[in-house]
Amino acid sequence: MSTPSNTMSESFQVQSVAPAAFPASRAFYWSVRRELWENRSIYIAPLAVAAVALLAFSTSAIAGIWEKALRLDLTQAGEAVTQPYDVAAGMMMLTGIIVSVFYCLDALHSERRDRSILFWKSLPVSDITTVLAKVSIPLVVLPLLIFAIIVAMQGIMLLLSSLILLGRGQSVAALWTKLSFFRMSLLTFYHILTAHALWPLPIYCWLLLVSGWARRATFLWAVLPLVAIGGVELIVFRTGHFAALVGSRLIGAAPAFDSPDNMFPSGPMTHMAAGTFVSSPGLWIGLIVAATFLAAAVRLRRYQGPI
Amino acid sequence: MACIEARGLRKSFGPTIALDGVDLRVEEGRILGIIGPNGAGKTTALNAVLGLTAYEGELRVLGRDPWRERDQLMRDVCFISDVAVLPRWARVSQLLDYIAGVHPRFDRAKAEAFLAKTNIRLANKVRNLSKGMVTQLHLALIMAIDARLLVLDEPTLGLDILYRKHFYDSLLNDYFDRSRTIVVTTHQVEEIEHVLTDLIFMNRGRIVFQSKMDDFESRYLEVMVHPEKAAAARALKPMNERQVFGGSILLFDGVDRQELAALGEVRSPSIADLFVSVMGQQNDQTQGATR
Repeated sequence: MSTPSNTMSESFQVQSVAPAAFPASRAFYWSVRRELWENRSIYIAPLAVAAVALLAFSTSAIAGIWEKALRLDLTQAGEAVTQPYDVAAGMMMLTGIIVSVFYCLDALHSERRDRSILFWKSLPVSDITTVLAKVSIPLVVLPLLIFAIIVAMQGIMLLLSSLILLGRGQSVAALWTKLSFFRMSLLTFYHILTAHALWPLPIYCWLLLVSGWARRATFLWAVLPLVAIGGVELIVFRTGHFAALVGSRLIGAAPAFDSPDNMFPSGPMTHMAAGTFVSSPGLWIGLIVAATFLAAAVRLRRYQGPI
Repeated sequence: MACIEARGLRKSFGPTIALDGVDLRVEEGRILGIIGPNGAGKTTALNAVLGLTAYEGELRVLGRDPWRERDQLMRDVCFISDVAVLPRWARVSQLLDYIAGVHPRFDRAKAEAFLAKTNIRLANKVRNLSKGMVTQLHLALIMAIDARLLVLDEPTLGLDILYRKHFYDSLLNDYFDRSRTIVVTTHQVEEIEHVLTDLIFMNRGRIVFQSKMDDFESRYLEVMVHPEKAAAARALKPMNERQVFGGSILLFDGVDRQELAALGEVRSPSIADLFVSVMGQQNDQTQGATR
C-alpha cells in the first residue's frame, strides 16, 4: 500500500492540526446541559411552586371553597371559575422571573469564583457558545419549562374539578365550555414567549454582563446603576420613566395583546396582537440593547480568569 | 514544525512587567521544564500560550494564534492550570459526558480505564473528593485526550509525595509517546529532573537560561574541592561556590572534566543547584546595574 497518494495522505495526517471537529450545535447542547447540572434550581424551583399551587387548589376544591363559584350558574360565574387557573399560571411566571434573575446574576460569576473557568477554557468550546448557552436559559429553557408545567398543572386542575363535579352528579359541560383548555394553552404560550422571554431580554442580558464583570456583589452592581439613573431622573425631571421602563420590562408588560385590560389567557376577550408586538419599536430596541450586552459579555469572558 | 514559537512576547499588568520580551521555540516531542522563582512570569507565559491572556509580540502555537483561536487550539492542546479547578458541583460521570460531548479527541473508555485504577467512582461528586483525588481525576481526563501539546502549570502543588510521584509516573508511562509535547512548571524541580528533555529558567519576565538536558549533563559539572585546592579551583572561574562540611562545592560551566577531576570528586549538578547559581548571578547583575 505505498501508492503516491497514500504516502501523501499519511504525511498530511502527521502535519494537519485538527482533523475532526464537532458541529457547533453539539458544543452548545452540552453547554446547556452543563448549566442544568450546575443550576438545578432552574427546574426544581418551578416544580416545587407548581406542587404547592396544586396542593392549594386541591385543598380548596375538596374543602368546597372553590365550589361556591361552581354553585353559581357557570355562564355567570365567569372569572370566579377561571381565576384559580390564572393565579396558578401567574405564580409559575413569577417563579420564572425570579429564577431567571438569580440565574443570570450568577451565570458568569460562579465559574470565575470557583476557578473552574480554567477547566472550561481548556476545552474546545468558544466564549460565544458558552455565553449563548447561558442566555438560552432565561430565553428558551425556562419559558418552555414554565409553559409545560403550567399546561400540566392546569390539566390536573381541570381533571380534579371535573371529578368533583361528576362525583356530585353535576354536569361538566358548562365548565369545559367556559374554560377552553386548548385556547388557554395557546394564549399562555404566546404570552410567555412575548412577555416573559423576549420583552425582558435586555434585563437578563444586563444581569449576565454584570455577572461576568463584577468581582463580587453582583446583585449590588446590577441594581445600583439602575437605582442611580432612576433617582437622578426623579430629582432632575421629577419623572419616573426609567423606573417604569425597567419595571415593565421585568414583569413583562409587553404590547402583545389587543387591550392591556385583557391579558389573562383564560379570558374570552383576550386576543393576540402579534402584528402590534412584532412592529413595536420597543421590542426591537430591546433586542438591540440585549445583543449589545451579550456581545460585551462574550468579549469580557475572553479576558476573564478566576477571581 | 515548532510546537510553540514566540518572539518578543511582552505582557504587563499596569506598572508590573510580567513578560519582558520572551523568545521561545519548542519543537514537537520535547518535554520542557520552566523553572523560576515566584513572579518570574512562568504562569503568564503559559497563559499566553493557552490563549488565556492577551499579549504583545508574536506567538504561534501549533500554527495558530492562541488569543484569537483558543477554542480551535484546544482541540490539540490540553492543560492543567493550577490544582483543583474542576467544578465542585459536578459528578465524575457528568464531566465525562461533557468532555465526550464537546471534544472530538476524547476517548471516554480510556478515561474510565484510568479511573478504574483509582478510588474514584463515576457517581462521586468532585466536592467529595480529596485534593489528591481531584488531581488524579483531572489527569485521567486529560490523558484520555489525544492532544499534541500538554501544558501543566504547577500540577502537583500541595499534593503529598505519593500522589506527586504517581502523577509523573503515569504521565510518562501512559501518556508521553515522543510525538506529544509537554511543557511543565513546578517548584519541585527534583521530581521532574529525570523526565525533562529541555530546561528553561525564567526570572523577572525573561528567559535567563536555556539548555537541552543532553547538553546540560556534558556542560555543567560540580566538583567537591578540599580547602587546600580551593584557590586552584577558583582560578577556573566557577559559576558558584557553596560551603559544605569538609570543603566547598564549585559549579563549572564548560570546563574540561579531566581538568576538574584533578581537583576533587566530579559529578553532574542537580537542576536545583544550577538554578540557585544562575539566580545568584542574576541578582548580582541587577545589583550591579542599580549601583
